[in-house]
Amino acid sequence: MPHDHHDHDHGALSPSGHPYRKDDDIVLSYWQMMEISVRELLIEKGHITAAQIHNQINTMDARSPANGAKVVARAWSDPEFKSALLTDAGQASRDMGFDIGPMHLIAVENTILVHNVVVCTLCSCYPRNLLGLPPDWYKSRAYRSRTVIEPRKVLSEFGVEIAQDVQVRVHDSTADMRYLVLPAQPKETMGLSADELAYWVTRDSMIGVGLPQAPK
Amino acid sequence: MGGDPAGGINHDQHDFALWEKRVDALMVLASSAGLMNTDSLRRVLEDMGEEAYETMSYYERWIASVSQNMVESGAFSTAELADKMAQIKARGTTYGDAT
Amino acid sequence: MKVRVQNHWPPGHIRTPAYLRGKTGEIEREIGLFNNPEQNAYRLPPQQQRLVRVRFTMAEIWGDAAETPDDVIEAEIYAHWLEPA
Repeated sequence: MPHDHHDHDHGALSPSGHPYRKDDDIVLSYWQMMEISVRELLIEKGHITAAQIHNQINTMDARSPANGAKVVARAWSDPEFKSALLTDAGQASRDMGFDIGPMHLIAVENTILVHNVVVCTLCSCYPRNLLGLPPDWYKSRAYRSRTVIEPRKVLSEFGVEIAQDVQVRVHDSTADMRYLVLPAQPKETMGLSADELAYWVTRDSMIGVGLPQAPK
Repeated sequence: MGGDPAGGINHDQHDFALWEKRVDALMVLASSAGLMNTDSLRRVLEDMGEEAYETMSYYERWIASVSQNMVESGAFSTAELADKMAQIKARGTTYGDAT
Repeated sequence: MKVRVQNHWPPGHIRTPAYLRGKTGEIEREIGLFNNPEQNAYRLPPQQQRLVRVRFTMAEIWGDAAETPDDVIEAEIYAHWLEPA
């Protein structure tokens, strides 16, 4: 006889492949009460509307590493775009049609001599308006404190070994700029179209803790 | 912070809950409305101290900061917040009931 | 151009990381004028400050503890925190 599962209670995975956060079914926490209260008060007082909240959530949901992957893939296949990206990554992203709002973006290029990695030691600054929300580990104390003192060890824990003749550059997002790593194009992808190339670009490669990978 | 000793990096990730996405949206919209800004968000977070970092999750700290920012900029008073939170509590025991 | 980050330790909201204070680096590029976060954080009318990207070697920051002396850190520092070195 078929067994009826309430999957969200039993550790099943969400469409993105991650565990669901217990949400609607659990006992309301103090901070959740605060969120509801702040939201309703701001709406009642006329500072924001429910529609704006809904739209902002949709806007953030639409932002994901796939956007960054398209930017990188275009840079790999179009030298003029790559040059524009390295000059002003924010403008180049907007020119591709991405709405990144007021974000200031700098692209830093990995080469045979340089490997770049991005961190925000002071909080959790991340190019969210292009890539979406950062992963939990990026916001962790361990990542934030160790990446500026032992980047190669951190990278090695992520599975990336950097040769001794390559310089590691750590970018600490201390102020108004956000950073996108432009990974080096893997040799085996030469000749692929921009659409095909995008599948090789991982989120971690755009933070600098990973390298582009063949799509599964 | 930078350079302080720390252990291994936990690679677990989670999907964001609706209430967390709402907190994020509130921060962005309240900033656009001129009621706070990224720096004031961060300043309040920093002033909450070590214990908050140890005991509260990322978006719990954010909603605490947004709320304090709203009181500081006069968007609502602490009394109004208290009354509202009591109303919310009375609606039900789960997030789904109270929203 | 060589610059040194001031060795100041004021309380409050500061965007100059502790690990860089007192350290000397090279200007990598000028970024432009941005609101001073030390004022913005308290919702005071902010003054615009010149923002600069500065490159520091790991050897300069961590001395003998540096993992690889010639690796670098690049950070954005507000000009009022910098002095000629």
